[in-house]
Amino acid sequence: MEGLAGYVIRRLLFLPLTLLIVSFATFYITRWGPGDPVSVYSGQYRDEEAFDRVRHKYGLDKPIIQQYGIYMERLLLHGDLGVSFRYRDREIPEVIGPKIWVSVRLGLYAFIITFAVGIPVGVFAAIKQGTWLDPLLISVFLFFQSVPSLVTVPMLVLLFAVKLDWLPAGGVDGIFSKSMVIPTLALSLPGIAGVARLARATTLGTLHEDFVRTARAKGLAERDVIGRHVARNSLVPVMTTVIGLSLVGLIEGAFFTETLLGIPGIGRFVFESVNGRDYNVILAIVLLITTAFVLANLVVDLALIVIDPRVRAQRMLSR
Amino acid sequence: MSMAATTAGFEAPSAGAARGESLTRRAMRRLLRKKVAVLCLVVIAVFYAAGALAPWVAPYGYAEQNLDVSFQGPSWDHPFGTDRNGRDMLSRSMFAARTTVVVTLATVATGGILLPLTLGMLAGYKGGWADSIIMRAGEVLASMPGLPMLILISATMRPKFVGWVEDAEGWIGWGGLTGSGFADYFLIFFVLSLFGWVGGARLIRTQVLTLRGSEYVLAAEAAGASTAGILFRHLLPNIMPLVIVGASASLGAIAGTEIALTFLGVGIQPPQPSFGALITDGASRTVLENHPQLLLVPASIVASLIFAFNLLGDALNDVFTPRAQ
Repeated sequence: MEGLAGYVIRRLLFLPLTLLIVSFATFYITRWGPGDPVSVYSGQYRDEEAFDRVRHKYGLDKPIIQQYGIYMERLLLHGDLGVSFRYRDREIPEVIGPKIWVSVRLGLYAFIITFAVGIPVGVFAAIKQGTWLDPLLISVFLFFQSVPSLVTVPMLVLLFAVKLDWLPAGGVDGIFSKSMVIPTLALSLPGIAGVARLARATTLGTLHEDFVRTARAKGLAERDVIGRHVARNSLVPVMTTVIGLSLVGLIEGAFFTETLLGIPGIGRFVFESVNGRDYNVILAIVLLITTAFVLANLVVDLALIVIDPRVRAQRMLSR
Repeated sequence: MSMAATTAGFEAPSAGAARGESLTRRAMRRLLRKKVAVLCLVVIAVFYAAGALAPWVAPYGYAEQNLDVSFQGPSWDHPFGTDRNGRDMLSRSMFAARTTVVVTLATVATGGILLPLTLGMLAGYKGGWADSIIMRAGEVLASMPGLPMLILISATMRPKFVGWVEDAEGWIGWGGLTGSGFADYFLIFFVLSLFGWVGGARLIRTQVLTLRGSEYVLAAEAAGASTAGILFRHLLPNIMPLVIVGASASLGAIAGTEIALTFLGVGIQPPQPSFGALITDGASRTVLENHPQLLLVPASIVASLIFAFNLLGDALNDVFTPRAQ
């Protein structure tokens, strides 16, 4: 297992390097294009003297490389992410904290529903292999996985808010409010389909294993065979791989769901910040998401390595 | 292939190629026996034909307004109805399909085939520093949050791109580029390719690593075949299935991302039509309440196209890797 420890350490050592490259790329790209926060907020009529003074105050008149040096120095030595331009010098954590909470809460719901519905449906489809139910379920899964959330969300609004008038068409209130239904549904539908497809495939793989035949042969009830022997062995890989993947899916889905439904979460906020050239906010969010991605991928990789010796050998070979 | 001449004589000149060819051809024959796959191919073909031929077969122009007939339901004159400005939805959908056709084809050619193939084969066969650089670069790109980066790059780089395209117009002395939305197409194609090659390159690299140790490659090496000869004549035919499956799987994602970027306002700019823009128009509350067909038309076209792409990808995966069934 010392090879494994070395692998983990190598991967972890790579994280700061990745963050450094990502931060520089993001820093450069955001400031490279025309337009800066000061010109965005000063609008059409501006006093040149005041304009230059504000730019100077934030160091925006310096060369990009020098700005990056100052930013990194503050970040590394003082843990200072800078201030938001759009929110009048408020600290970054203070600005993005509440938005992240809104998105995380929604994402958590979607996440739980994804697994709670996806796994049983996938296992069910696997058991029904060979009947007409299986191909039907597979196509339904693939359909929901295919349709992008920017199509799903307006369709759900059209159905539940406009035609049936059961649910509000936007916003979020409390945890158990009706307004959570459409965003949660839109966020979890593709995930449910993905989890179900994967659960079906792994279950099919396990159904024909020797130990399943043994379990049947010794006279276990079919329910116990599936529940205890098949499901347990086939679902661990599903859980671990999909956690990483659904993180990506949830973050991307959040953009459309939040934009379309007027939810003040982080997805919509990134988009607004890009348009307002709120440099420090963009950078902070990108670095946050990158760290989450890298860590999630590492966890998924490690879990797979621990579960499956074949993957272990392959990973050692390939890196 | 002309490389055949340089390889040693004991390899039957066509053996490798013919075997590779028949592998792909056999898979294609199996594919055409699947009814679902054929249906998907038909849907995709109709979509691509409608997009490619839009300027000639669309009944109206995409920006042609007729305020007398705004917000009409389906009729013989306007099978998909008309929008707020009386523009024909069928024609707008066809021109939006044209955008999807251009972006998907350009992106899949580079980000789905050319880049992954070159970089994956280079990394897998050369190993050493080439491998390290390519794989580390891929790792950094893959760990960046895709959509936020795409939004960021498109939003900040667009003015620069438009500037470059205007410069290029000056050089070639033809003024039609900016007006045709070329800069937008090129920007989307550029950012999608930049982030799109990593997955494919990784798969191809692993495959090359496996194949490199196989006996027939060793035999070719021992017989003095050149690096290019080994790569293109011996490895390529065995990697092709992987490339085809990967490219077909990425088509749906590429189409979806272009639509998504345009929907967020950083992709194709009006008046160039795109399904992203059509869905934005159809998704506003007042339109939803009174004229839901303006959402239903683009939404169902997008949904069925991406569904067809993914179904086809699954079918291709099945026929190329029969064990997966």
